Amino acid sequence: MSSEYLVEVEHLKQYFPIRTGFATTTPLKAVDDVSFAIKPGETLGLVGESGCGKTTVGRSLLQLYQPTGGRIKYNGEVIFDAGDLNDQGEPQVDEKGNPARLRKPHTVNMLPYRKQMQMVFQDPYSSLNPRMTVEDIIGEPLDVHKLYSTKAERREKVLHLMELVGLNSEHATRYAHEFSGGQRQRIGIARALAVDPRFIVCDEPVSALDVSIQAQVVNMFEDLQHKLGVAYLFIAHDLLVVNHISDRIAVMYLGKMMEMAEADELMNNPIHPYTQSLLSAVPMPDPKLARSRKRIVLEGDVPSPLKAPSGCPFRTRCRYATEQCAAQRPPFTDRGNGHMVACWNK
Amino acid sequence: MSEHLLSVKDLHTSFTTDNGEVHAVNGVSFNLDAGKVLGIVGESGSGKSVTAYSIMQILADNGRITGGSVEYKGQDITKWNRHQMAGFRGKCCSIIFQDPMTSLNPVFTIGNQLEEAIRLHTNKNRAEAKARAIEMLTLVGVNEPAKRVKQYPYELSGGMRQRVMIAMALACEPDILIADEPTTALDVTIQAQILELMQELQKKLGMAIIMVTHDLGVIATMCDEIIVMYGGRVCERGTADEIFYNPSHEYTKGLLRSIPSTERMKERLVPIAGNPINLLNMPAGCAFCTRCDKAMKVCLDYVPMERRVAKDHLASCWLNDLALEEKAKEMAAAGESAEAVQLATGWVQNEGGEWAFDPIVAEEGGADA
Amino acid sequence: MNKPLKKHLFSSQINLAKFSPASEEEKSQQEVMSESTTFFRDGMKKLLRNPLAVGAIIVLVVLILTIIIAPMVIPYGYDEILKVGGKRDKTAANLAPFTWSENEQKYMEETGEQLFPHIFGTDKLCRDYFARVIYGTRVSLAVGLFASILVMVIGVLYGSIAGYAGGKVDLVLMRICDIIYSLPDLLMVILLSVVLRETLGAAIAGTVFAKLGTNMLSLFIVFGLLYWVGMARLVRGQILTIKENEYVLAARTIGTKPSRILKKHILPNCLSVIIISVALQVPSAIFTESYLSFLGLGVSQPMPSLGSLANEARGALQAYPFQLVFPALMICLIVLSLNLLGDGLRDAFDPKLRR
Repeated sequence: MSSEYLVEVEHLKQYFPIRTGFATTTPLKAVDDVSFAIKPGETLGLVGESGCGKTTVGRSLLQLYQPTGGRIKYNGEVIFDAGDLNDQGEPQVDEKGNPARLRKPHTVNMLPYRKQMQMVFQDPYSSLNPRMTVEDIIGEPLDVHKLYSTKAERREKVLHLMELVGLNSEHATRYAHEFSGGQRQRIGIARALAVDPRFIVCDEPVSALDVSIQAQVVNMFEDLQHKLGVAYLFIAHDLLVVNHISDRIAVMYLGKMMEMAEADELMNNPIHPYTQSLLSAVPMPDPKLARSRKRIVLEGDVPSPLKAPSGCPFRTRCRYATEQCAAQRPPFTDRGNGHMVACWNK
Repeated sequence: MSEHLLSVKDLHTSFTTDNGEVHAVNGVSFNLDAGKVLGIVGESGSGKSVTAYSIMQILADNGRITGGSVEYKGQDITKWNRHQMAGFRGKCCSIIFQDPMTSLNPVFTIGNQLEEAIRLHTNKNRAEAKARAIEMLTLVGVNEPAKRVKQYPYELSGGMRQRVMIAMALACEPDILIADEPTTALDVTIQAQILELMQELQKKLGMAIIMVTHDLGVIATMCDEIIVMYGGRVCERGTADEIFYNPSHEYTKGLLRSIPSTERMKERLVPIAGNPINLLNMPAGCAFCTRCDKAMKVCLDYVPMERRVAKDHLASCWLNDLALEEKAKEMAAAGESAEAVQLATGWVQNEGGEWAFDPIVAEEGGADA
Repeated sequence: MNKPLKKHLFSSQINLAKFSPASEEEKSQQEVMSESTTFFRDGMKKLLRNPLAVGAIIVLVVLILTIIIAPMVIPYGYDEILKVGGKRDKTAANLAPFTWSENEQKYMEETGEQLFPHIFGTDKLCRDYFARVIYGTRVSLAVGLFASILVMVIGVLYGSIAGYAGGKVDLVLMRICDIIYSLPDLLMVILLSVVLRETLGAAIAGTVFAKLGTNMLSLFIVFGLLYWVGMARLVRGQILTIKENEYVLAARTIGTKPSRILKKHILPNCLSVIIISVALQVPSAIFTESYLSFLGLGVSQPMPSLGSLANEARGALQAYPFQLVFPALMICLIVLSLNLLGDGLRDAFDPKLRR
């Protein structure tokens, strides 16, 4: 069964039990009913503030955590099914609000899929083992998946990967701590590319880098996509960068999807009040524009995910909030041309 | 010459590390006038934070100021003793840091810490200090301040904590507020709140702000004047509009090119090539020469001089000097004396008739007066 | 222009030719990556720059060389009662350092042969005290080292299982640790040595163990049973921290098996902390051995250890104080230099103290 999409995430839920009393736990709904799909060679940007669950989406997708609910498909094959979706694909919940168990959860051996789906991490300092040389770091995926027959072949492959990400092959025997942040991020990318994946989750890969280096790495992501045809889930909080690299952008708030549209459409015509204020809050590197622009400054803080508001999670900070917003969660609906919004406002 | 509120002259700061002496700040000069917002922008390792810490003299144990002066209202505070500096910090100049979690002591309440800061610099009694603390919290937009003073830092969100830090920094009405990456750890929407608050407070209280950040967007929103730093040196300084619309140093140009903008959305970014500078292994000449597309031989060997490129705009780039060569030729052709040409442009004609760079400067004030 | 003019500080004029574009090569010459160092080499460099640690290393090397070489040089054994011309020398008891007994002096006068000096004198049973102290140091050092290795092996294994498995396994394993931690160690040694003497005494008779004695065995057993708890907790804590690092997550995304993650990613990064802790464990083990021997629970006679030597010397403290001074000094020297070395290692290798 093949599909138009490379990766499909349906009603993904990821709850973490948090101890709230001596023997009681409350589920922290890090990701609550998130759906999206990514075509081969496409980039989906995922933005949101810290604690909105965007990193968790990436990790759950790669099965680093076992999701609490929902279904994940890769290339049309189900690689995870929590068993809470009914025949229409609607998520069912039990009386406590937890995902219902209609079927037994279905998991697969992820090892073959690890060759297809990879990840690039945020922190270039903690994502590389300080006790390994660059050659061993990039060579580890080759070791694990036994992608070479001789030592020489392994070395050749590693050097090829280093060249691909713009690293000097003389540096193969050096340790990660000897490199700058940008170079370390390149090493991390080479490691992800070693297995020749078709899909890479980029978890804030440029947030820790300086502006001048950021542009180098963003360009490299784009070049690699052209050359290798990989699809990205590009997670970041910097809207300007996400907008630059993405075909489509999804906005998350408190574990829920707020809006998803083509990048240009979202930037020029944001519908959700949260997206609007997020866009207006980005400080523009242009003094005249900064002086003339009227910012929508949101009141208050993001509520704790443990005490998320009823209905629409954004209603406590929203200027247009009505009673309906408190009573019922707005559905994630298409407003035309695949511009999906979860808001009661028309 | 008018008196500046703060005048930093040829500041040098270095750190002793296991791998040798690191010259983090290498001859930084700037002036700050009362009520102005000055931005120091640069990437990590550019010496922007160290400059701020040097002004406050709150360097780590292995760091010290090795040269230059910091004049506050005409007095060189680098010569001040511990006691005088303690009076300077908080009362004349205070600082807020990047991480609002670690800059508040987790075992004391907000009120406790605010009151302590107030009582340290004034002779208010406990009740007065408490009243002042609540007043300050109201000022920085903390809701229910009377309740908040009894709370501990962990009970507040990041944005709230940064507000408390600002309240603490402003409690003694300093002339200068140094903000070291005040919004880097915060989310965009919270960052907008804090920037709004700082602008509002600046208007209300009239203090000068030194904004240290790597974010050009924040700088553009907040600052009147900007200093661009790279490798411990000042690349260029001037008014915000000059720096953004008429950058005269290759680094600044590169920096502005490399940020994605809404207008040039799908165009390819133009990054600055190369890797960040290794402070242990600085080039002999311009710190940026290894990454500069237009680097010349002179850039590798000689540190560029600071030159005025426009009113309110100084830059240290050899390309600006090269541009003056044309002007020198024109002046010479117009029959100006060799000395006048040399004074104006720094170029002279040697015996062979070749042009060479050999600047002379007027003793008083200097080329950058 | 009436202001005085000043030449800029350039030594010479810069020719226009200098203003031509620089080649990539010229630019790259300016950009030198610092010399490649490994974590270990970097740490060693730092260690060797620490004068206290270097002093400690020198003292330890000298000590170890002495205890290896000295027994080959001196003609006396640790359990050998002095003889002169094949006959027992009854005058040789409690000699002061560098003196000979009456019989020996007579013998030397008669034969003209120079006898080896008693560097530390002799004890009350006419045995050469230097030989005894050297053998005592051997025993103490060996006990310290083996006990620490025992502690390390058990502690690292236990700690890494608890730390990596996490969850319920961790909970159960760590509660066992808590229980063991609450047992009084000295009492356990005394009880065990009494029990073992009865049960094991016969079984080990005639083997190498007999020479060490049941006391020593019980000491090792106690170390193996009780003292690894500290190491296990340390390793578990380290692993919990390292597990949070993104490179471990990265290894999981690649599909690396847990055993390989533990071996390749986690343990190598705990190594410095483990080594430091072992280096500090050795002196504490030597101390324990010494005070147990001092209480009469150490090695069995005639095998000396520094603690038992000190214990024997206690009786004649006023008459022959040197008999206490030498072993006590030796304990001090070993423990002090091992502690200094351990501190030096920590300063050089602990990732938390790096900058």
